[in-house]
Amino acid sequence: MTDATKDAAKDPAPSRRALIGWGGAGLALGAAAAGGAVAMTRTGDDIEPTAAEAGAAVEFHGTHQAGIATPVQDRLHFAAFDVTTEDRAEFVQMLKDWTAAARRMTAGKAVGEGAYGGLAEAPPDDTGEALGLKPSRLTLTIGFGPSLFEKFDLADRRPEALVDLPQFAGDNLDKNRSGGDLCVQACADDPQVAVHAIRNLARIGFGKVVIRWSQLGFGKTSSTTPDAQTPRNLMGFKDGTRNIAGTETDRLKKFVWADSAKDAKDAPWMHGGSYLVARRIRMHIETWDRTSLQEQEDVFGRDKGEGAPVGKAKERDKPFLPAMKPDAHVRLAHPDSNHGATILRRGYSFTDGTDGLGRLDAGLFFLAYQKDVREGFIRIQRHLATDALNEYIQHVGSAVFAVPPGVRDQDDWWGSTLFTKEA
Amino acid sequence: MRAARLSALTFTAVAALTAVTGCTEKGSSGDSDRVIDVTATDSKCEVSKKAFPAGHVELAIENKGSKVTEVYVLFPDDRIVTERENIGPGTKQKVTAEVKAGDYTIACKPGMKGDGIRQEVKATGGSVAQRDPRLDSAVAAYRKYAQEQADATLPLAKTFAAAVKAGDLEAAKKAYAPSRIGWERTEPVAESFGDIDPKVDVRADGLEGGQKWTGWHRLEKSLWQDKKITAEDKTLADQLITDLTDWQNRVGKADITPTSMANGAKELLDEVATGKVTGEEERYSHTDLVDFKANVEGAEKSYELLKPVAKENDAALVTELDKQFAALNTLLDTYRADKTSYDFTSYDKVGDSDRKQLSDGVNALAEPLSKLAAAVVVTKSS
Repeated sequence: MTDATKDAAKDPAPSRRALIGWGGAGLALGAAAAGGAVAMTRTGDDIEPTAAEAGAAVEFHGTHQAGIATPVQDRLHFAAFDVTTEDRAEFVQMLKDWTAAARRMTAGKAVGEGAYGGLAEAPPDDTGEALGLKPSRLTLTIGFGPSLFEKFDLADRRPEALVDLPQFAGDNLDKNRSGGDLCVQACADDPQVAVHAIRNLARIGFGKVVIRWSQLGFGKTSSTTPDAQTPRNLMGFKDGTRNIAGTETDRLKKFVWADSAKDAKDAPWMHGGSYLVARRIRMHIETWDRTSLQEQEDVFGRDKGEGAPVGKAKERDKPFLPAMKPDAHVRLAHPDSNHGATILRRGYSFTDGTDGLGRLDAGLFFLAYQKDVREGFIRIQRHLATDALNEYIQHVGSAVFAVPPGVRDQDDWWGSTLFTKEA
Repeated sequence: MRAARLSALTFTAVAALTAVTGCTEKGSSGDSDRVIDVTATDSKCEVSKKAFPAGHVELAIENKGSKVTEVYVLFPDDRIVTERENIGPGTKQKVTAEVKAGDYTIACKPGMKGDGIRQEVKATGGSVAQRDPRLDSAVAAYRKYAQEQADATLPLAKTFAAAVKAGDLEAAKKAYAPSRIGWERTEPVAESFGDIDPKVDVRADGLEGGQKWTGWHRLEKSLWQDKKITAEDKTLADQLITDLTDWQNRVGKADITPTSMANGAKELLDEVATGKVTGEEERYSHTDLVDFKANVEGAEKSYELLKPVAKENDAALVTELDKQFAALNTLLDTYRADKTSYDFTSYDKVGDSDRKQLSDGVNALAEPLSKLAAAVVVTKSS
């Protein structure tokens, strides 16, 4: 740790900050750079996507972390890290450094002193590939994996709701695409902005954390804005029509936000946070594409054109589950079939080239946020054991994370509630 | 030279930031006679002083013109001492350089074209007296180290060459890796003689069109892959000794500065990160960990010599580097039974997860090491 980075943690760029300020003016600058787009505001539990226009900046500070209930962007770079340092103070300092960098990057600014103009003999603080690009609604969301709680004497702070996922039917998990002590989800409308963010955090983390695995995603497969069109997955279907919207305060409170006041299962430090399940779901694209339209529609329980549930006319018509085949995906995954279990989805499509057998290495990078993993993902995924879709998909990567509450203000940092004892 | 298009692309951001950074220009520089203000316009290139002490100098450039410009410091024969490109209109940039006493030219190139608008300047006094004497002794000690490595390498290389010429496959294999250690420790210095490296240390994939494959790796392929020594290999063994003797004779004349020492240390880690950790360097013999260790030792030597000065400028960096050097050395030690020998585990026996651990260790060291040059050149302001 150099003095420079330490300083950056408490005050990333005093000179710029002094003039611009972090709050209104800083945001206004970001909005101006975005070509007049109005920056989104995020107050309390509610979300107001006043301008979901690509390019604007999403407020970094808040009760909850951005990147969960905020409008879903088009691109993803997700990275899981392992902690290599055994020094708690050093790790905490890195979280502070990360927060400072995240604060700047989400506002569309370069890390530290920037990508150029500094000392010619030293590598620049920022890698530079996002220079000139708009903030692109970049959100950075951190999560802590179960394995982290075995380190730094944190075992007693592990929330009950953060369980290790059980083995599910059909899982074929690759340990090199699973787990991790912590994760960062970077979502943006521009892939270069998302990649830049992960790259710079990884660089700041060298010597303290190492990347365990990462995943690029494109084409959001779920929406958190109800009036938006439900996006299609790589199978060509709309799925997740009834996803929780960022404006549905009550459903967010009931199903997504950890609430220690009401729920003893949540550790106090997690209040306002959430639990994330990440699954890399490979699709057997080629066999799917050889499947008849009737079979495809039967598998999902929706028609392919409109996305309407079986027997209904419109996508958003309430599904009549008994009309679907018993193993139809929508029927099995629906809250009514799962004691009301509901999750907030934020998945992305991925294609990572081909697999050496000439098959597209493609599928869905599934991201689900919930209040309690046992009542959310685990309940639903167990019920999907007989899903007709299973013939065409395979879960190949898996991880679960406790996503702490939002960074409250300039002095706060990612994980402060976990690492500050009095919390 | 980067495309001028880049500056146009980034211009908005530059303008936004400069307005801010302008307020925080250092009020006092402890060493103001080492700072030359260069004011560039579309038709002028004004310098605040025409004479300055040799040693470390800083150009504080301001582009008051309407075109993107660039500023050069040139030797009398137009060799470039240092340069800064893409200085946008209305922006300020800093360039630092280490200069010896003598005549120089500062050139501004509005529009980044032509010979530029030139100013003659003069660096006065002896550079020896101007530079921190500890840095001069660091350079001298490093030059001595490089010479010692070359001197020690020759006999080992001759042992290797003799075994090849005797057609003794096993003896040649045994002598191969040790003959490379001195070279691997000082490779950045050796690379400063651009003609030697491609002759002795090139790999099959590094050959340029028409280039004959000579040197260590050609022989490595014969010994481990072809498992036989040909008449041509024997000639190549002689050639290797000739080329290494050339290196031995020239290493003392290498142009070495504190900055090149620091950057050389980082380059050694880059060598590890791109060639050794992947197993590409020693793809037939799998002796990559021997080179790996030698590269780390060479980097550590540079670092240790620069450390007293670096510590004053950036104590935290030194603490971090001490820690990461120790961690990587400890990790490397797990791949050899005897810490005094260079018998390391064959790299084809090192699994993927262990290779990742080695790679993580290199990244953990190389990232702070990339900041060493700055910690050495920055003059401590008091």
